[in-house]
Amino acid sequence: MTTAATVEEAAPQAGLLAAFEAALAEDSRIEPRDWMPDAYRATLIRQMAQHAHSEIIGMQPEANWISRAPSLRRKAILMAKVQDEAGHGLYLYSAAETLGVGRDELLDKLHAGRQRYSSIFNYPTLTWADVGAVGWLVDGAAITNQVPLCRCSYGPYARAMVRICKEESFHQRQGYELLLALSQGTEAQHAMAQDAVNRWWWPSLMMFGPPDTESGHSEQSMAWKIKRHSNDELRQRFVDICVPQAEVLGLTLPDPALRWNEERGAHDFGEIDWTEFHEVLRGNGPCNEQRITQRRTAHEQGAWVREAATAYAAKQGTEHGEVR
Amino acid sequence: MNPVLVGTALPLGDDALVLAQRLGEWAGHAPVLEEDVALANIALDLLGQARVLLSLVGDEDELAFGREERAFRNVQLVEQPNGDFAHTIARQLYFSTYQELLYTELARGDSELAPLAAKAVKEVAYHHDHARQWTLRLGDGTAESHERMQRGLDALWRYTGELFQPVEGLATDLGALREPWLERVSAVVRQATLTMPEGPDVTAWSAGAGRQGIHTESFGRMLAEMQHLHRAHPGATW
Repeated sequence: MTTAATVEEAAPQAGLLAAFEAALAEDSRIEPRDWMPDAYRATLIRQMAQHAHSEIIGMQPEANWISRAPSLRRKAILMAKVQDEAGHGLYLYSAAETLGVGRDELLDKLHAGRQRYSSIFNYPTLTWADVGAVGWLVDGAAITNQVPLCRCSYGPYARAMVRICKEESFHQRQGYELLLALSQGTEAQHAMAQDAVNRWWWPSLMMFGPPDTESGHSEQSMAWKIKRHSNDELRQRFVDICVPQAEVLGLTLPDPALRWNEERGAHDFGEIDWTEFHEVLRGNGPCNEQRITQRRTAHEQGAWVREAATAYAAKQGTEHGEVR
Repeated sequence: MNPVLVGTALPLGDDALVLAQRLGEWAGHAPVLEEDVALANIALDLLGQARVLLSLVGDEDELAFGREERAFRNVQLVEQPNGDFAHTIARQLYFSTYQELLYTELARGDSELAPLAAKAVKEVAYHHDHARQWTLRLGDGTAESHERMQRGLDALWRYTGELFQPVEGLATDLGALREPWLERVSAVVRQATLTMPEGPDVTAWSAGAGRQGIHTESFGRMLAEMQHLHRAHPGATW
């Protein structure tokens, strides 16, 4: 930032800023009590809130299949996964709270449409195979994005990501295994798996965000060591990981331009439909309205429960001198 | 199939399976994130119990997805729709208190169910604590939560009598659990500033009905949803 006001404000903090920059330079962690630039704090709050929101909105497309899972083993795995996602939301809200915002405030912003969640969760889960495709591709893309965050400069975020990535890798393997079972199953099951991969492949590539040439926050986030790799770098890494996995699955990826490029030592792939990406971000994806409405409804219909818990705690406080 | 286990493990397994299915419907709809975690956790415990119990009888998936409504042996209480959060908590309070008493008894015995009961009793103690704490918070929270909690207790009361009907093949005297169950439930209800429901705890014609495969109307629809995918692909493995 180069506005005059920022420069004036920054002057008395020169020592603090120098210490902050030195910490970044030597790759040590920034902790909640450390001084940090306001813009660094704001960027982290935005990113961590969006990440937490994605975990809780992301429960919906998968929870959609809990009641219909075709075996008790699969039902148990899916329930455990959705439970983990709620847990990840909790870790991430706690980590965001170390920056001086409250969970309620962040949820209010989500419900008001003033903070985002990952665009991927605006796609519907239409068959059981979608549960596998979400595990393999969506969780796979999330892990590719998130593993570098385990080394993010902000300590509480980095530590939350270490725990989250462990559980996510487990979910991803389970999703892959689900798809493998379908792919090797009956003809109808195989077709179901292929159809799900066809529908989830491109939206998964969009999870890495806009191309580097259009990514607004990237440069600053990389300088702050919040982000370690560019969107396109991570997207390429993901494609290169998925191609051999798809072969093992016996499924194809829906991209005629996909081929190995010997010179680059990487896969070339087709152009993403950026119009669709921007439409989904703008709220015009297939499930945007449904997802946010369900979230708001759960919150509104649960208001009396939260009020009861607060009232009870207050009574316990006055009547028995303790808050349970 | 072992006829003794068909008589004992099947009804208890069906109780756990059906309640797990109902609780699973809460995922993503709970009033706070902590309850999304807690209700899913309880559902998972119950599903785990169901899988062990059904596997004692036969193939768990064949039993869960291949039987029709009239072949299910669960009590009617566990199949009742979730309703609001208070209704769900009332169902949990009634059922977890019962399950804790029953599993404690079974764990003492030397039946084939004893090892499962010994393990599950720790889980159901947690479920009971969760239901108790929420009964207190809702009953002694606000006027609205008090009223809703009372409504939940009243509405489900008629399904509680069935819990103590004898189960053929089960050595445990279920009728003898009624007094300690009443004592425990009413202690929580009183502490929550609520009143114990009055009137009959069974409907006029349905004492023991769920155990005989006579269910309430919403159950068939619940099963249709639970079973449709499995049934659409006969012989497939998942």
